Amino acid sequence: MGAARESPATGRSLDGFTLEEQVHAGGESAIWRVTREGLRLPMVMKLPTPQDLDEAGPVVGFEVEQMIMPRLSGPHVPRFIAAGEVDGQPYLVMECIPGASLDVRMGVAPLSPEEVAGIGARVAAALHDLHRQHVIHLDVTPANVLFREGGDAVLIDFGRARHDQIPDLMVEVLTRETGTDAYSSPEQVFRVRNDPRSDVFSLGVIMYELVTGALPFGGAPGSTGFRRRLYAEPDPPRGLNAACPDWLQEIILRCLETDPARRYASAAQLAFALQNPGQVVLTGRAESTGRAGFLSAAGRWLRYAVSGPSAAGTVPWPPNAVPIIMVAVDISAGEEVVAAELRHAAQRICRSERSARLTCVTVRETPPIMVDSDTSVNGESLRMQHLTELIRWARPLELPVELLSFHVLDAPDPAAALVAYARANDVEHIVIGARGSFPKRSPIGGVSARVAAESPCTVTVVRTMEADRHPGGGDGAGVDA
Amino acid sequence: MRVGIFADLHANREALEACLRHARHSRVERFVFLGDLVGYGADPGWVLDTVIDLAGQGALAVLGNHDAALLNGPERTMSEDAQAVVAWSRARVTPAQREFLAGLPLSRESDGSLYVHANAWKPGGWEYVATTAEARRSLDATRCHCTFCGHLHVAALYHQGAVERVAEFTPVAGVGIPLGVHHRWLAVMGAVGQSRDGNPAASYAVHDTARRELIFHRVPFDVESAARKILEAGLPARFAARLATGV
Repeated sequence: MGAARESPATGRSLDGFTLEEQVHAGGESAIWRVTREGLRLPMVMKLPTPQDLDEAGPVVGFEVEQMIMPRLSGPHVPRFIAAGEVDGQPYLVMECIPGASLDVRMGVAPLSPEEVAGIGARVAAALHDLHRQHVIHLDVTPANVLFREGGDAVLIDFGRARHDQIPDLMVEVLTRETGTDAYSSPEQVFRVRNDPRSDVFSLGVIMYELVTGALPFGGAPGSTGFRRRLYAEPDPPRGLNAACPDWLQEIILRCLETDPARRYASAAQLAFALQNPGQVVLTGRAESTGRAGFLSAAGRWLRYAVSGPSAAGTVPWPPNAVPIIMVAVDISAGEEVVAAELRHAAQRICRSERSARLTCVTVRETPPIMVDSDTSVNGESLRMQHLTELIRWARPLELPVELLSFHVLDAPDPAAALVAYARANDVEHIVIGARGSFPKRSPIGGVSARVAAESPCTVTVVRTMEADRHPGGGDGAGVDA
Repeated sequence: MRVGIFADLHANREALEACLRHARHSRVERFVFLGDLVGYGADPGWVLDTVIDLAGQGALAVLGNHDAALLNGPERTMSEDAQAVVAWSRARVTPAQREFLAGLPLSRESDGSLYVHANAWKPGGWEYVATTAEARRSLDATRCHCTFCGHLHVAALYHQGAVERVAEFTPVAGVGIPLGVHHRWLAVMGAVGQSRDGNPAASYAVHDTARRELIFHRVPFDVESAARKILEAGLPARFAARLATGV
């Protein structure tokens, strides 16, 4: 094939698309801005470079991308327009995402910790969305991360990706050295391609580089240091940039664990940590500023080697197997019965979902005018009181501290605040009491009813038997729903 | 064209009825039967008549080892129970049904696809394709872009690209799989009439040749009736029991 292939040029037409301008020429493919009559969306066409068309690797990668992109949707991927092949020339057309990739930001690293956490959280949210669509990216690098004007991260280049519901063509061509680079996880060196936590590792490398300006494990395959990722601990970021806070170092080093089981169980849990620094449980990772000794490195490798790079049954896939579960607790006096029932429900869920993360939330209803201004000493002490109550509520659950977090939301509209929180934190499941009406019953419908109606996820409304006996008496969800 | 592919019907009327209903609902235009129309189940006559009727309207069919055993006597490797069902079935087929079976080829090629019961390298030898090595052997024996076989009763999809290494994929029911032109494909069908992958639901697949897409389907059917008929016919009870467990 290929002899009759015309090389791409401005003005040439390919399957109804007109090539306008080459905007990028990479090692494996060229990107052209294209137009098509009747289509207004700014579009780009991706074409594998001719010399690669006769090598199995990149062509398979292109085929993989052609297979996966039509199956993806949402804000975190470019919209798929068309894919095909004309006279031996394969092509892929997608929405053009204007603006520079994260690669450009890397040039000005180190960035401030807040910026790094903000970028990390947005990329983690994008990865979680991708994982929920059955795809692991496996090539998360700064060059493959773009941002929409609104701030959403967009992932591009699915040439090494894996969709768990269609055949993985890459397994035919992978060798130990292909499909890996400076951002690759250790398990990818062993061609393990079914673990979404590989993407968590790669994002850890990116955040490490953003906050220190250096790569944690050296560069490309074959280079000095590349294989260090299999056994060595990276220099702690705080040793390279003293401005890196302990919580951010904790998060980054957790992403960079050799053993996937020691990383965040899902990208959503990582995003959660980055958005809630105050809730990050600090371990030995947070403290150190010097590299670990030989014994610790050996232990790190051994632990991983024993559990195996692909220990069956341990991969948390799909990502909703490791959900963030939110319990909305009304801690006001008089709601103790519902609160206890809610605790039982939370306990049942956590028992069956062993790696679930439980986030306990309560709302402090504030008059609209006070939302931003209630920083008085009195306001702060009331907040602390709420927080203490919430922690007291959760104590009988006996959950490990790293799987728990607590939040007091200040809001004039409790239902809206709870729904917004669930949305922002990729909550998979909300548990809320039917009569837990968050300090005052809302005149526009019970809080639980509104949360059930408006949330983007599963909602369990917990009722007490007592509430059942008075079907007409309350104004909880049973009546409002 | 949307091609419905059915393997290992095994005289299971309830399962075949459910699959055909599902296939018509999925706008299947052509029917292909990959053999083993008889054996194990209690409805060889109805199943044969149904396939004969569809063959009259353009359906393709190939011979399976149970069909061959009905014609020529059981293979030595067949279990005693399976041999008993072959003997029981043979006594019940009509001359016309028998003639239909006798006229079936071991394999058929159509539109770049090879249809065969067991494998492409020796269709009448009835060896299984159960590993990537066997898939490679079968792919090496044909130039067709897609091969469809049955015999194993457990679905799998093998693919081979330019580097010739063969890899295996376990299909997910109801998810369309693009069959790219730069690869060659070998699809092992799950069974219509006697599932063996732990899921009692019947299996078949739809190959959309225009869209180059393959969808494996799982279809629930009236397992109890099919099992009851096996018992009532006095056939080995374990063939009734395994319908409910799918193993």
